[in-house]
Amino acid sequence: MDINMTLVGQLIAFVVFVIFCMKYVWPPIIGAIEERQAIIADGLAASDRAAKDLELAQEKAKTQLKDAKVQAASIVDAAKKLEAKIVEETAGKAQVEKDRILATGHAEIETERNRAREDLRKEVAILAVAGAEKILERSIDAAAHSDILDKLVAEL
Amino acid sequence: MSSGAELTSQEYITHHLANLKVGDGFMAVHLDSLGWSVFLGLVFLTIFRSVAKKATPGVPGKLQCAVEMVVGFVDDSVKSTFHGKNELIAPLSLTIFVWVLLMNSMDWVPVDLLPHLIHWATGMPLGDIYMKPVPTADPNITFGLALGVFILIIFYSIKVKGVGGFMKELTTQPFGHWSLYPVNFILETVTMLARPLSLALRLFGNLYAGELIFLLIATIGLFQLPVHFLWAAFHLLVIPLQAFIFMMLTIVYLSLAHEDH
Repeated sequence: MDINMTLVGQLIAFVVFVIFCMKYVWPPIIGAIEERQAIIADGLAASDRAAKDLELAQEKAKTQLKDAKVQAASIVDAAKKLEAKIVEETAGKAQVEKDRILATGHAEIETERNRAREDLRKEVAILAVAGAEKILERSIDAAAHSDILDKLVAEL
Repeated sequence: MSSGAELTSQEYITHHLANLKVGDGFMAVHLDSLGWSVFLGLVFLTIFRSVAKKATPGVPGKLQCAVEMVVGFVDDSVKSTFHGKNELIAPLSLTIFVWVLLMNSMDWVPVDLLPHLIHWATGMPLGDIYMKPVPTADPNITFGLALGVFILIIFYSIKVKGVGGFMKELTTQPFGHWSLYPVNFILETVTMLARPLSLALRLFGNLYAGELIFLLIATIGLFQLPVHFLWAAFHLLVIPLQAFIFMMLTIVYLSLAHEDH
């Protein structure tokens, strides 16, 4: 082995190369690597967050759907109740109307009947008087025998 | 092995293990080792700098992906071992890993390819061409790297623990008694020096041995091709492993330097 100035030359080259590498080579490359690592880490975190958000949104949508179903059911129920009430009310009104009309009809019929009866009664009274006159062959003083006639009429 | 039928195997190997040298004695410089080392370091920095300039945190290109894989690997290795805050250790580790990996990879270049290319291009006789393209098979290169790491170990030990704390660490353990402090100091100094020494010698030894075996294989004639292939395939393990070990031990030593006992 002969050791000579080559060693010194190599040492100088070594120092120069290391300094150059430290100043101009290492920092930009490692910087780029670390920056990219940060970007990738951020991206992964964001995708994780997005997945979690999606899950939450799905959960929320499910809850909202359930709520909406319950609400719809209650609205339908209320509508059915309202319908039943309206039907009932209408039926009640119709009944009242029917009763009223019936009552009016009855009253009219009663009036007619009463009038007919009154007419009949008068006829009968006249007929009775005429019959009696025939039987008695004399006239009857209607005024004198009105009490009998009245009694007769009342009996009819 | 066509560098000359007149050469013996030993001469051939000796010739291939000699560096392209300028100057004499300690002032000599191995132009091939240092040239390839600097060239490969520049290749590394050029590629990585071109990516760093256009680095985007958005969708990365294919080259950026590849570079980020290496950077991420080094960053993970550093973070798993070193738990302090230090702006230097990660880029230092990246430089060591990629640079040493590229220098080790020169082991895959066939041992006679470059000398023959030079011969073909310049017409120089093969016997005069010295070209050893694996920088980490040259102890100067591995010791240069290890010395840089050693200086950083000392620097951070003193910076984190102070001169007193560092001296205390060197003298008060493993034996607690004051009379044994000189013994402690010798032991700890040996430990301290063993770190860069083992770092440099491990890398050098592995690559030098690999290169030597390639040269030996190159001397066996016609059947060298399948054997070459097997040995090169084996270096698929050795080359990245040695680069990784050098980087990892650097991180471990520097994190030890940061630890306060």
